[in-house]
Amino acid sequence: MSFLTNALVAGSAVAVPSGLLGWFVLMRRQVFAGDALGHVAFTGALAAAAFGVDVRVGLFVGTVGLACVLAVLGRRARADDIVIGATFALVLGLGVFFLARLSRASGRGGDAGLQAERAAAAARSLFGSILGLTTRDALVLAAVGLVVSAGLVALARPLLFSGLDPERARARGVRERLVGTLFLVLVGVAAGQASQAVGALLALGLLVAPAAAARRLTARPYLGPLVAAAIGLVATWAGIAVSRHVDGVPASAAVVLCATTAFVLAGAARRCRIRRSAAAFAGRGRGDARAAQAASAEQGVVRVDLGAEPGRQLRDGR
Amino acid sequence: MVHALQAGTVVAVLAPVLGWFVVLRGQTFAAHTLGVVAFPGAAAAVFAGLPAVAGYYASTVTGAVALSRFRGGRRAGTDEPTAVGIVHVAALAGGFVLSRLYDGMLPQTTALLFGSFLGISAGQVRVTLVTAVVVLAVLAAIWRPLVLATLDPELARSRGLRVAVLDVAVLLLVAVVVAVTSGIAGALLIGTLLVTPAAAAHRLTARAAVGIPVAVLVAVVVTWASLVLAFVSDVPPGFYLAALAFGAFGSAVLADRVRSVAAAR
Repeated sequence: MSFLTNALVAGSAVAVPSGLLGWFVLMRRQVFAGDALGHVAFTGALAAAAFGVDVRVGLFVGTVGLACVLAVLGRRARADDIVIGATFALVLGLGVFFLARLSRASGRGGDAGLQAERAAAAARSLFGSILGLTTRDALVLAAVGLVVSAGLVALARPLLFSGLDPERARARGVRERLVGTLFLVLVGVAAGQASQAVGALLALGLLVAPAAAARRLTARPYLGPLVAAAIGLVATWAGIAVSRHVDGVPASAAVVLCATTAFVLAGAARRCRIRRSAAAFAGRGRGDARAAQAASAEQGVVRVDLGAEPGRQLRDGR
Repeated sequence: MVHALQAGTVVAVLAPVLGWFVVLRGQTFAAHTLGVVAFPGAAAAVFAGLPAVAGYYASTVTGAVALSRFRGGRRAGTDEPTAVGIVHVAALAGGFVLSRLYDGMLPQTTALLFGSFLGISAGQVRVTLVTAVVVLAVLAAIWRPLVLATLDPELARSRGLRVAVLDVAVLLLVAVVVAVTSGIAGALLIGTLLVTPAAAAHRLTARAAVGIPVAVLVAVVVTWASLVLAFVSDVPPGFYLAALAFGAFGSAVLADRVRSVAAAR
């Protein structure tokens, strides 16, 4: 396969599970945990390089390990922001340590070309190299992506239940800690995967931006993740296309910027829909059939917003 | 090295005081994001031929105003953590594009992200010191309303306080502190001085009069030790900062556990 096919396969294999998981990450308000899990991939990759192990092993050990740590430290497998912040500063510090160790080990000669090369290698693990993946890389990513998506499908129901109504979920026998831990591990694997394509720093982009756009369009619990995955997929393809045609724009940044553009566009679409249905609602008194139809759509919007609120109150009131 | 110690000390006194509020208000992620927002600002300034500091300030202040709009509630179908996450990734991606457009890969990309304690000029020390005095003065001036608005926004609103203005003010102060701190500790490692010492103090006491001095003490000791260790080894100070600060946080958590077990007996 050509490098472009590899990039498209790998990008799709990363975007779909990230989009699906991202919707649940936002619902459970675990954005910061997702960010930390993405960044730890950098430390994992550098540690693997420093010890001479395969970089992929380091990535996944790092992200899954941190997922378990965050699950253990948090109440009910949801670490609070402060624990995440402190743990995550430590993890990045370790990344700096391995970076220094790596450049010392390979830089005993100390010429300028080698220095620049190592800086570029460090930046690659931070910002990804989707256009530099081999066919084998792409296929491995596709396989991991399938496993993560399947895992999420299996976990979706209890996850949704415990996310929206933790009390009742517990009463009905949902094992919250187990579900939360498995979910964080899935996010960790997805982040490790995303960091190979768009880099450790931008892995959060594929997790959050498509899902946030989808949440502006729908609050339906099974439609939402699918919409998020679709937006992620389109953003990934668009980003790769942009970086092919505009000189000097790196693919990973283009992908993430396309996804954030989708978020902005979704906000505009949401405003249009509300305004249109409000106008229709005003016209209903005159017995206009089309307006009445649109008004019922508006009620749908209102119901959607109310539907999203109780879960939030529950979570805030714990 | 002397300049690094001076600037490091000023930052270590300043950051935890504000950090105490950041932890209290649960805005760790927002503070981290403002640190990241400094990265495209600095890259853009370098790209346009301006001093990096101008870029730091312009971008972090913009970020602070943008984030404060999402404080405590939903707006346009988006809640606070989501908004913070979006700003975060857009800033990183934008910074990466800018640093790539400027003559291939900026050699300072890692310095922008992870900081460079060593090699600080006397001018930078003066700028840091002036900033610290101004920030601490503003914080002292708005102290009481800020505490009330943080602990009980409803009550503060009913007392006629403009909570939204205070929300912006705190993030603006964080933005300024982040701008001076990230020049030294790096955009990604702000949290080691801003959040971790304050988080450790919060585990030990809820009283500001005790907690803030403890946090400052932790930060100053950690900074000095890190600088000396970085000087004698050749690992960047960011690693020592992160490791020692986390050590302090971990000890505080342990002490808290031990105390609550002892109290339960």
